[in-house]
Amino acid sequence: MAALLAGCVAAEQASRKSPESNVQTVQMTAERFKYTPDEITVKKGVPVDLVLTTKDRVHGFYVPELGLRAEIKPGETEHVRFTPDKAGKFTMECDIFCGEGHESMDGTITVE
Amino acid sequence: MTNAIDRRQFARLMGLGGVAFASGLFAQTPGGRAWAATEAKEFYFVQLSDTHWGFQGPKVNPEPTHPLPMAIDAVNAMKPAPDFVVFTGDLTHTTDDAQERRRRMAEFKDQLKSLKIKEVRFLPGEHDASLDNGAAFKEFFGETHYTFDHKGVHFIALDNVSDPNASLGDAQLAWLQADLARLSKKQPIVVLTHRPLFDLYPQWDWATKDGAKAIDLLTPYEHVTVFYGHIHQINSHMTGNIAHYAAQSLIFPQPAPGSVPQRAPVPWDPSAPFKGLGWRSVEADPKKAAETFSDVPLKA
Repeated sequence: MAALLAGCVAAEQASRKSPESNVQTVQMTAERFKYTPDEITVKKGVPVDLVLTTKDRVHGFYVPELGLRAEIKPGETEHVRFTPDKAGKFTMECDIFCGEGHESMDGTITVE
Repeated sequence: MTNAIDRRQFARLMGLGGVAFASGLFAQTPGGRAWAATEAKEFYFVQLSDTHWGFQGPKVNPEPTHPLPMAIDAVNAMKPAPDFVVFTGDLTHTTDDAQERRRRMAEFKDQLKSLKIKEVRFLPGEHDASLDNGAAFKEFFGETHYTFDHKGVHFIALDNVSDPNASLGDAQLAWLQADLARLSKKQPIVVLTHRPLFDLYPQWDWATKDGAKAIDLLTPYEHVTVFYGHIHQINSHMTGNIAHYAAQSLIFPQPAPGSVPQRAPVPWDPSAPFKGLGWRSVEADPKKAAETFSDVPLKA
């Protein structure tokens, strides 16, 4: 399950706001060797529910600057819930070695 | 490389692109058990790292099978010969195919038949071990974590790659704690590992998740130096009194931590083949107050 500490993310593209809680839900899929989407934008101070699944094998989701980490296992859905508390661009990466393209499996979370 | 390299040449190499650091690792420690005259003797060893045998990528290295034999030739030419050679991981480039993985490891071992130094130590990198938890590596190279003693220095090889999650794990940490418990605090210790034990740049996976626990265990010891690979470039860092030194690779260089938006190998420079590649020689002389090591560039 996902560890979440502090953070950020308002995904305009793949997100929707939950009507009852104003939480932005962002769907993200992992597969070797990419995330889809691999760039998301969230708004500072707006709660986010990042919903992670994998198409193939176990992958990591790691944003050290935001204190976010999750292990995405096949057949399971991981939720990373957090509220962005600082603006900026932050690198997300797979931190579970997954093969030859592992080093390029990354993306960007922008907090506005 | 055909010219013999002796110790006096190390100093000259520093001015030709090699980098040397003063290290307190081998500082004389009167009273330290390990420094009894019968134990502490001058010696040196060679660190080779990140050969990635099996790598294919013409834009990064169109001659991927050349650096390893070039380094072997250079080491063979050293006079006097080093006491031993250690490979600090990513001996082979990763592959999903278990048979191909073993074929690459067999080829790598075949390459070493020309190495005159017969005492060779191996550590795994994530490319060798993370997809099968080190199974193939153990078949070819033995245990993934171990210790050995050499002329008064205690060497500890740590495995932070067989777990694809980049951790040492509680069992290995307990093993490390037990090993250290029997040592004098003045015992000179060299730690060999693949990933940095500290958070060099976690955004690029340049860290060990529970590396801080190993550093905490090592910190009470007065003379500890860590030599590692993984990041394909020279880097030095201190955590308390522990020095951590990354070595160059023998396949392609990587950019400095965080210097570019995305981690990717530095492209091949046709005007300077093998630029950014190299190996390291570490010299230990307990008679001196401090020792140096040299990072030697691979010469075409």
